[in-house]
Amino acid sequence: MSINTKIVDDLIANDISFVTTVPCKQLAGVIDEIDARPGVLHVPSNKEDEGMGLCAGAWMGGKRPAIIMQNTAIGVTINTLATLIQYYRMPLPMLISYRGELREPVACQVEMAVHTKALLAQMNIPTYHFHKQSDADEFDNILKYTFMCNKPVAILTDANFWGGYGDQ
Amino acid sequence: MIRSDILKDIAPILRDQLVVCNIGLPSQELHMIDDQPSTFYMLGTMGLSSSIGFGLALAQDKKVISIDGDGSVLTNFGTLPTIANNARDNYILLIIDNGSYGSTGDQPTYAGKKTSLAAVARACGCENVVEVAAEDTGKALQEAIEGNQMTIIVAKCKSGNIPVPVITMDPVVIRDRFMKTVRA
Repeated sequence: MSINTKIVDDLIANDISFVTTVPCKQLAGVIDEIDARPGVLHVPSNKEDEGMGLCAGAWMGGKRPAIIMQNTAIGVTINTLATLIQYYRMPLPMLISYRGELREPVACQVEMAVHTKALLAQMNIPTYHFHKQSDADEFDNILKYTFMCNKPVAILTDANFWGGYGDQ
Repeated sequence: MIRSDILKDIAPILRDQLVVCNIGLPSQELHMIDDQPSTFYMLGTMGLSSSIGFGLALAQDKKVISIDGDGSVLTNFGTLPTIANNARDNYILLIIDNGSYGSTGDQPTYAGKKTSLAAVARACGCENVVEVAAEDTGKALQEAIEGNQMTIIVAKCKSGNIPVPVITMDPVVIRDRFMKTVRA
């Protein structure tokens, strides 16, 4: 089974039926897999805070949501995480492409990577880092944990997890 | 008419609807005029009223009205293409456009100058956009509720505020009673 199939299988097994995305090359296969599943409504958003608003509404409407984005979006969404998702106690799994880590080809990506875990820690957001493919064995439990505690939870997936970025 | 006059006018129409209300004075005014469990008051997060309401409309079949402001739509312009390209006929976006950032002291917005939010919404692909004068907001909203087509209403009004207390209700209480109304 491909890692993309496993991730989307876990989303569906946890009754996630609303996914919004701001794309990343590393997550393209997951997004394609989501589009292939009729039980999941995929609504692309133009910016990650907008996507979190959609997820908040979808959850209040009875659908379990998830957002797929890059770690640069942590810089965009701090206010939304604090004043919407955390303040109103809403669950939100964030499947994040962790750009700027080992095997990253684009130097500028490192500039946000070095802040990513510190920002998530400052926000008291439970954070998991997938570096090897076997780390994804925990994904199912992470999703269960997210909807148990009604918190945003970050799953950082780096280039090594995806087998390198681009031509590497 | 100013924004609070519009909210007073339309409160009886909103009463039986699921409403997501914009941050700051709009939520405080609506809360003071006619607090309902069917209203989700935004206490923070400027710009996301349309996104939260649209997510709710995508997830279930009841009508949803997002009350937004011109300043907040300008903050989250990306919402309009998303709404247009995933149109749902149970969704109404009511933009109360007073040409100013009311909650922060009535600084002018670009929507009060050259930028037409109705034209922007149409350019983004929204197919049913109506711009009305403040006093016609209730009629336009009633028509949108009775119709079966996603509607964007831009209600033009004057800038100005009334004294209003802040909302002290706990956010989890707001969210919980709202979700119970959604499920009812």
